Amino acid sequence: MKKISPFWIVVVAVIIAGLVFTSTVKNEYYFNAAYVVLQALLMAVAWNVLGGFTGYVNFGSAGFFAVGAYTAIALDKAFGLPLPLLILASGTVCGLIGLALGYLTLRLKGVYFAIATLAMAIVFETLVVNWAYVGGAKGAYILTPDSHLWFDSYIQMLFMVMLLLALAAIAVSRYLNSSRLGRGLAAIRDDEVAAECAGVPTLRLKLISATVMGVMMGVAGAPYPFFVTFVDPVSAFNLFIAVNSIAMPMIGGTAHWIGPVIGALLVGSLQEIITVTVSSELNILFVGLMLVGFITLAPQGIVGLVRKFRGRKP
Amino acid sequence: MSTPVLEVRALVKRFGGFVALNGVDLHVGAGERLGLIGPNGSGKTTMINCISGALYNDEGSIIFEGRDITRMAPHQRTRLGVARSFQIPKPFRSMTVLENLRVPLEYAAWNRAEHRHITDEAMAVLESIGLKHCAQQNSAGLTQVDMRKLELARALAAKPRLLVSDEAMAGLSNAEVDEILEILLALNKRGVAVIMIEHIMRAVMRFSQRVVVLDAGEKIAEGTPDEIVRNPDVERAYLGE
Ligand SMILES: Nc1ncnc2c1ncn2[C@@H]1O[C@H](COP(=O)(O)OP(=O)(O)OP(=O)(O)O)[C@@H](O)[C@H]1O
Ligand SMILES: [Mg+2]
Repeated sequence: MKKISPFWIVVVAVIIAGLVFTSTVKNEYYFNAAYVVLQALLMAVAWNVLGGFTGYVNFGSAGFFAVGAYTAIALDKAFGLPLPLLILASGTVCGLIGLALGYLTLRLKGVYFAIATLAMAIVFETLVVNWAYVGGAKGAYILTPDSHLWFDSYIQMLFMVMLLLALAAIAVSRYLNSSRLGRGLAAIRDDEVAAECAGVPTLRLKLISATVMGVMMGVAGAPYPFFVTFVDPVSAFNLFIAVNSIAMPMIGGTAHWIGPVIGALLVGSLQEIITVTVSSELNILFVGLMLVGFITLAPQGIVGLVRKFRGRKP
Repeated sequence: MSTPVLEVRALVKRFGGFVALNGVDLHVGAGERLGLIGPNGSGKTTMINCISGALYNDEGSIIFEGRDITRMAPHQRTRLGVARSFQIPKPFRSMTVLENLRVPLEYAAWNRAEHRHITDEAMAVLESIGLKHCAQQNSAGLTQVDMRKLELARALAAKPRLLVSDEAMAGLSNAEVDEILEILLALNKRGVAVIMIEHIMRAVMRFSQRVVVLDAGEKIAEGTPDEIVRNPDVERAYLGE
């Protein structure tokens, strides 16, 4: 295939749109809001690699996110590394945790696996609470670096960083979903024994899937300290992060790579609107209701609904 | 007897204190058609689970084409050439029938594929088994008959040297049983050894060159179909004392 797929055209268009956005819009609120939505999108895409494609539900997304954030805090404090290196480091650390989680799938399936992920997040939270170097339970203030490349402000640069990370994650997820590897993951999700007997190396694929998820979540957490400038365990290990990471793919549709993207853009934007117009407390209620609604009425999410109306696969 | 494709020696499988297989020997010659029969709960499926690696046996060894595969992961066994169908169909429910076959073609047979036109190969298998008309259909919505055919088709797509069919014909009509028999015979003609587990005696007797009978986890008889029919132990196992 020599033709450039429409996907890459859209990716380039989005990057250009992002650059135009940063050079024309001055109001910082919009970059804040967009950053929050993109961060949630990245987490949703990450969750879906293991939860949607492979069928292993992770309740501990906030743990991965927070470990990513705290890795960045620690390395920033110790060595003052630049952001790209912090992102790389957080991705590596969380990738290794994901790999360890992958080995758990050998023994734990279904709800037991999900509970183990929750326990893992709690263990990490306990560790961080007792780690004085990064502020312990009191939290840590992070100084935003002075340099922000050619952007007008640091938040504009962070927005652009998150946009690129999210696009990269979507590209990886799309590749996983539509390749031979993706078919192997889907086979595992549908029936692990049958997958093995069809020649699928299930353990290796689950390890890959869990590692990719971990890397993406770690990467999502790394810029967070510079975005909020104050991080404590309560905000970094927030249940809301874990809930969003599950709800957005479920609402968008977990079987297709576009599902979490649609879900995150829709739910994330609505959450921003609710935060501004009503209150941020209503958000979690709103997500909860939407999730219940979709699980009962459209378990295949928005992608499933579209497929149903079109009467075929997109 | 030619060199065996499969040789199972003194296989023991326990579930807790319950002994499901108690020192069973089994061999299958190259290109042979073996019938494996026995009353319900006699250990046939357990035997297949051990051969395919879905379960690991507690004692004994399994040799496939001269290689000890006793501790090998199931996917590696499939890649070597052991394929099975499941008694209770296990389709990949989120996939179409065609995609179901892509999985073994892309994984089990990947290195042995002469060319990599996966879709063509999958269609050829579906054609041979009479499922071509529902290639694009979602596998979860298949009828019972087609679901069983898909089980066989998926096993065939792994391009096995040994196929184990676990009650592929249960619940099928006479005509459909004959259809499946033809498929298995045609496969066998191409040199693939087949172990057929079946309760339908007519099919077993017609298909098998040799029959092995299990009862309560032990091999109680072995011989040509004619010998088995006349064996008093077999009759006792099936009809009770
Ligand atoms: N995973 C398992 N755990 C515990 N017991 C099992 C398990 N699998 C099989 N058994 C028991 O082992 C015995 C043999 O079962 P198996 O399924 O091998 O019989 P079968 O010969 O295939 O019977 P059928 O003709 O009904 O398919 C049965 O008593 C069954 O209850
Ligand atoms: Mg059985």
